[in-house]
Amino acid sequence: MAKLIIHQDKIIDRYAFLSLCPFGALEYAGGSIHAGAGCRMCGLCVKKGPPGAAEIQQDETPRLDKAAWRGIAVYADQTEGEIHPVTCELIGKARELAAVIEQPVYVLLIGSGMDEAAQRLRRYGADKIYVYDDPQLKYFRCEPYAAAFTHFVNTVKPGSILVGATTVGRQLAPRVAARLKTGLTADCTVLEMNENSDLSQIRPAFGGNIMAHIKTPNHRPQMATVRYKVMRAPQRSDPSGEVIRCSCAGLDLSSGVEVLRIARKEQEQFIEASDVLVAAGRGIKKEEDLAMLETLAGLLGGQLACTRPLAERGWMDAKRQIGLSGRTVRPKLIITAGVSGSVQFAAGMNNSDTIFAINSDPNAPIFKIAHYGIVGDLYGIIPELIRKIQAKKEADR
Amino acid sequence: MHIVVCIKQVPASNKVDVDPVTGVLKRSGTESKMNPYDLYALETALRIREQAGGEITAVTMGPDQARTVLREAFAMGADHGVLLSDRRFAGADVLATSRALSQAIRRLGGFDLILTGKQTTDGDTAQVGPEISEWLNIPCAANVRGIEQLREGDITVRMELPDAVEISRIAFPCLLSVDKDIFMPRLPSYLRKKASADREITVWSLDDMSDTDPEHYGLSGSPTQVQRIFPPEPHGDRELWTGDAPALTQRLFDRLSDMKFI
Repeated sequence: MAKLIIHQDKIIDRYAFLSLCPFGALEYAGGSIHAGAGCRMCGLCVKKGPPGAAEIQQDETPRLDKAAWRGIAVYADQTEGEIHPVTCELIGKARELAAVIEQPVYVLLIGSGMDEAAQRLRRYGADKIYVYDDPQLKYFRCEPYAAAFTHFVNTVKPGSILVGATTVGRQLAPRVAARLKTGLTADCTVLEMNENSDLSQIRPAFGGNIMAHIKTPNHRPQMATVRYKVMRAPQRSDPSGEVIRCSCAGLDLSSGVEVLRIARKEQEQFIEASDVLVAAGRGIKKEEDLAMLETLAGLLGGQLACTRPLAERGWMDAKRQIGLSGRTVRPKLIITAGVSGSVQFAAGMNNSDTIFAINSDPNAPIFKIAHYGIVGDLYGIIPELIRKIQAKKEADR
Repeated sequence: MHIVVCIKQVPASNKVDVDPVTGVLKRSGTESKMNPYDLYALETALRIREQAGGEITAVTMGPDQARTVLREAFAMGADHGVLLSDRRFAGADVLATSRALSQAIRRLGGFDLILTGKQTTDGDTAQVGPEISEWLNIPCAANVRGIEQLREGDITVRMELPDAVEISRIAFPCLLSVDKDIFMPRLPSYLRKKASADREITVWSLDDMSDTDPEHYGLSGSPTQVQRIFPPEPHGDRELWTGDAPALTQRLFDRLSDMKFI
């Protein structure tokens, strides 16, 4: 197995060496330094320590025939035949990745009565759509879905698989990854294909405070989940793509889960679905002042969202909160008003196409990510902006 | 009823800076705490025990200091604590972590229910729970927002789907990954903390697992490998506008009009 070996004689300054480890895993005991159970094998002590002081001894890498695994597969997330839009975004990304290595794009659709959904999926440019259609797959249950998913992987052998990080994808993908004993990287924000078919997966960790570049070099398939609105959806095209119906006979579709009923969520306006957002932050002094932002959002055909402090104060519903502990949004336009722009907030919206930020503090971190930073008092700007827009609408009538 | 709750010790603060020149992680302090999402799993376990009786075992994997979170679980009301600690577990990704935890749970013997929090605050993957259920070959449900009914051999839960809520009856033994806000977690009690101060914590190493192949754990047993870590990049082209409010407003209005948002 891979081991971290420390050559004591190469260490010049013991204390400096101990402090190299960000996880505090280097321990001094019995006259020598060794790595304890807190070691994450990050290799920083190897890189930053005196030459040769720490060494990671790798195992011989098992031989893997990467050529036997071809194509990029996308799991089609559906509830009662309704395809989740993250699916289309992932098909678009899969096409980009597949183009690098000139391999096909597959879609995997699991459910019951999926004919119409399969036809709709033909419009996004995938080469083949594999459908597992069976009454026992009517509702999402992890075990039978994992059985169909695993059958697909073992039959088609795709090199990479992308799954939407929805509430379904986030439990189905790990179940399948464990069954296949392969790697799964959660919530990737950047995916790049290498010529040798290794997928470079980049994701935030520690609440978005650092980014990690992850690879799955010796296992196939390489699996990754991606949140909704992180990748760009492709334009719909003429139906293409071949629909392949897969037999569920012989699959173990049993489950310890019995779905009693599906309850509709109340019809709500999700901020994720809005092309335009106005985001309110702590610079809003009174709850009543939200009304003017609501008016602005309405005039721009969008919705009002907020930061965590406002949700915690109870001024707005937590469902309207942007950020790591809230929703991830990617609107065409977002205007933040009185938002300082914490890392956690930024991680939930910095993929927006255009970001305007209004804040009176010129040093606010929001200006690091805003395309247009407006240093000024929102109370002097918003009401006047509303008047101007209303006047223009009057004039256009 | 035997309930197992998987918990984890995480850094107290998420504040991590990466030195852009050297690429070295700079952590502000090495203080740690229980992963906040695990409090909801513990609370759920305590509520179920109040109704059905039985015992709660908290299981964690980590260095020796991770005993602290087991003590905290005792102070909330857990009965037993197991610490999985071994250098050979170091560097584990989701697959290797879930494998080790599932081995430990298997070693505990009979269990009816495994509870996990939604995710951790350091890794943020939310994947370890479902992978444990696969290793143990038991049914699972994630994003559990509520418990509808508890019976002798099964539990009925509300599970969040992207656009709907699924109400499902799940046979024991099973694993549930609970969402935050399923119940309000209770505070640790000082009395319970004192009463459990001498309670023994079971410590297991790789040698205590039924699968003792070191290739299956830690970095060796991890298909994913971290190539490098780096600070998030700020956006490219940016403009910073200053001036008085009327001028700024006019400029904002003009730009929004140019972009056809107005």
